[in-house]
Amino acid sequence: MESPEPSPTSHETTSKETSAPARSEVSLHPAASIPAKKTAPAGSPKLEIRGLNFFYGKYKALHDIDLDIHDRQITAFIGPSGCGKSTLLRALNRIYELYPGQRATGKIMLGGRNLLDRTDDVNLLRAKVGMVFQKPTPFPMSVQDNISFGVHLYERLSRPDMEARVQWALEKAALWNEVKDKLRQDGTALSGGQQQRLCIARAVAVKPDILLLDEPASALDPISTQKIEQLITELKRDYTIAIVTHNMQQAARVSDYTAFMYLGHLVEFGDTKTLFTRPAQQQTEEYITGRFG
Amino acid sequence: MSLRQHTSQEFEAELDAVRQRIFEMGRHVDHVLESVGKALLESDCELGNRIILGDDETDSMELEIDHLCLEILARRQPVAGDLRLLTSALKLVVDLERIGDLGVSIAGRVVELGRESPLIPYEDLLRMMTTAREMLTEALEALKGQDVARAGRVIDKDEVVDAYYSQIFNDVLGRMRESPENIFRATRVQAISKYIERIGDHAANVAERVIFIVTGEDIRHFSRMSRSDFS
Repeated sequence: MESPEPSPTSHETTSKETSAPARSEVSLHPAASIPAKKTAPAGSPKLEIRGLNFFYGKYKALHDIDLDIHDRQITAFIGPSGCGKSTLLRALNRIYELYPGQRATGKIMLGGRNLLDRTDDVNLLRAKVGMVFQKPTPFPMSVQDNISFGVHLYERLSRPDMEARVQWALEKAALWNEVKDKLRQDGTALSGGQQQRLCIARAVAVKPDILLLDEPASALDPISTQKIEQLITELKRDYTIAIVTHNMQQAARVSDYTAFMYLGHLVEFGDTKTLFTRPAQQQTEEYITGRFG
Repeated sequence: MSLRQHTSQEFEAELDAVRQRIFEMGRHVDHVLESVGKALLESDCELGNRIILGDDETDSMELEIDHLCLEILARRQPVAGDLRLLTSALKLVVDLERIGDLGVSIAGRVVELGRESPLIPYEDLLRMMTTAREMLTEALEALKGQDVARAGRVIDKDEVVDAYYSQIFNDVLGRMRESPENIFRATRVQAISKYIERIGDHAANVAERVIFIVTGEDIRHFSRMSRSDFS
């Protein structure tokens, strides 16, 4: 399922503190109620998915998925087209709610709360769970405004604080040195690789707990892809990352855990080293070695 | 488990080429061992010298398989069973090449012995050689059939070769004690039996790699530690 491309109003990502002031120290919108990032040991479950089913109308696209996404680790989702990997990713921040007829059942637990619970504010959820899409989607505005747009939705920062936040996010996305002299330039004028890192900076700027990356490098050249992969590895220090990729070498290179999905089922989930050298399931072996899919 | 074919038939053909080259190299070194046995039994120095000169063929087979594996690794970035096959092939050919070298070393001792009368019945050495050759053949058949149980039996059989070695070693030691005149032949016979014992070890290595290729389980060292070498 092709990921939807966000508009400036679709909450591609959202908020958190900066290297400057912590969220709790500034005057905020409703997002102020977002708890500070927990400091659980890296590797412990961050998201606990239990009995997740997903429906496109009457069509059941995900079947009873049980899976833990580990804190400050990179989890890759692989599988042939239509296997449900992007659907699963889209369930994690309820972006599917933008489309009528799509619904998820089961539990996706984050910090003791079920993300699928519709009583929770979906905007707050997307502040915690940011998303970057396959095709770079900079807003048609300046580089600086691309970053500050999402931050404005959740925080009222002074101009110096906002400028500091923009710089911080661009540095996190390894883009600052390339754009620091063109912050007023239109974001759409950047190269494809730079645009995608701008989108990652936009996601990071609101300081989510979790970053969802839906084939973030599939439209990029090899060097830009390497930069994105390097960036993903560095972001792991601070964020829990889930990445959907068709590129199995990419999954093998960047991820700590890999989930192989097929026909809406989770076939195998395990640490990446084992899955790519000694998969437990024949179906996994056949897929990753190029025997089907 | 029986996997279906790769979507890329070219990749499938490349992996099959590696397997076939390994079997071909295995048959070649086995032929070297057969010839060495014949040279020993018939004290045929001429055959011994031909075996020594023919070692280049084993070496070139090793290089060819090495290059084939490296090319596939670079071009295909294999994973899982394919990765285990290729990385194991790179090690497995070293064992096969060493078996070829040991055959050449035996040929060298045969040439040194020349027309000397046998110190012990050479049939003992040939029985030992036959067992080691069976190990090699069985290990390669296990690879062909992806047969873990068969590979396990090869590893177990190494004890038989080790027992032959102990017996022959003690035998020639006694002959040396009997008379210093026996030392020249005794040291050659002892060396030959040691070479055959090492051939058994390399065949067992091949069998261990077959188990890794099929199951992903690396039993190197563990399987040997429980055996006589360490007990």
